[in-house]
Amino acid sequence: MAKSENELTWRDIGLGTIVTEPGNASQYRTGDWRSQRPEYKFDGCIKCGECAIFCPEGCISQNEEGYFTADLYYCKGCGICATECPVYVINMVEEAE
Amino acid sequence: MAKRVGIETSIAISEIAAACDVDVVAAYPITPQTHIVEHLADLVANGNLDAEYIPVESEHSAMSACLGSSAAGARTFTATAGQGLELMHEVLFVASAMRLPVIMAVANRAISSPLSVWGDHSDVMAARDVGWIQLFVENGQEAVDNTICAFRMGEDPDVLLPVMVNLDGFHLSHMIEPIIMPSKQDIEKFLPPYEYPLPLHPDKPVAMGDFAPPNIFTEAKWAQEVNLRKSYDKIVEIWQEFGQQFGRHYQPVEHYRTEEADTLLITMGSFSETAMTAIDSLREQGYNVGLVRIRLWRPFPFEDFRQSVSKANTLIVLDRAISTGGPGGPVASEVKAALYNEPEKPKIVSFVAGLGGRDVTREDFEVIILRGQEIAEHGSQNEYEIFGVRE
Repeated sequence: MAKSENELTWRDIGLGTIVTEPGNASQYRTGDWRSQRPEYKFDGCIKCGECAIFCPEGCISQNEEGYFTADLYYCKGCGICATECPVYVINMVEEAE
Repeated sequence: MAKRVGIETSIAISEIAAACDVDVVAAYPITPQTHIVEHLADLVANGNLDAEYIPVESEHSAMSACLGSSAAGARTFTATAGQGLELMHEVLFVASAMRLPVIMAVANRAISSPLSVWGDHSDVMAARDVGWIQLFVENGQEAVDNTICAFRMGEDPDVLLPVMVNLDGFHLSHMIEPIIMPSKQDIEKFLPPYEYPLPLHPDKPVAMGDFAPPNIFTEAKWAQEVNLRKSYDKIVEIWQEFGQQFGRHYQPVEHYRTEEADTLLITMGSFSETAMTAIDSLREQGYNVGLVRIRLWRPFPFEDFRQSVSKANTLIVLDRAISTGGPGGPVASEVKAALYNEPEKPKIVSFVAGLGGRDVTREDFEVIILRGQEIAEHGSQNEYEIFGVRE
């Protein structure tokens, strides 16, 4: 994998900032934008996966136990998963330092 | 063999762009640049030039099409003036940041309102910081020579930047002059084929014009700035090589009768030729005056300029544009910035003249120089002087 953007110096910038390798958008930590994060009460979760379908960032995946969780590296905290959850097991809570 | 012909400067520029084997011309006609792109359209339509001519609906599209063709590895030329340059404005930054060597002739024109199709430098001064290499020429021969050099400079693998060749609207664009037209064979010896290192090609996809968050934008901009400043060495080298092959020599800053001069007039563009006759006249009258002409406007040749004026005690700068509500002339402002931190610096007097096509005659230049000396001695309450305005 290429260097993270935070490590690149101006000397590392290629001709006209042309990108020659696909897929570098995956390095972009959109999770930095978040002011709220999802919290789960898995007791009532029916593992339907609607949260993952509606997630605009595509950052929700199923874990080994079958529950769906967001990857906080990318999750922007939009709250769409919490709104769409048919059994109300997702709560958006304020991010605290 | 080069031929010396009587030809309009605009037509000569398009003939020479064709002789440079340009692949794509995307342009929109606007006075006083129209003859350049009209003649290129003729050459393509008549089968005399094997190139794509893209007649776009605006200058914004003209420059955008130029980006695409240059990125695909095609030698690209366009021309504009005045409002047309301003309509291109945002795309100009993209060409330089994406390092695409689009070559453009700008027949410098005043900016509305009031509407004026005549010449001054308001258009290019508003595009001063777009990251292009910017040259100024003084006559038809220089316009032809520097169009050839512009392709060579912009397309140099160590440079890869767009280049603007500024020629005064009407005063140069519409003049019929005797011009030595280098032959296609001679140009081929000087100008290798254009090869962009990472062209748009389906065999090796690349992404251009990307998104940069705050953690990388500064690095990208600094890389661009270092490259533009570094292009100075290549520009000088290419002019030297041109001089060796064609016998006509160009430098970032040029001099006329500066020996022993205590007062120097600073000009850019075709008015320099009139200024030379004024210097001759004042020298005959016993004044120790000389002329310094700035040919390379970006990257600004700070060291050449400081050396050129190091022995003078008064500089009189002629600008054909106003930095409104600011320091006055943009060139004077640059000159002041270049010298401010020098331990010994001359008095600098800023004049604005020749706006919207008004002539500045030899006699006018003599008045400007003598009045400038007076201001240098006694001071003035004005940031700058506007010459010839009716009170």
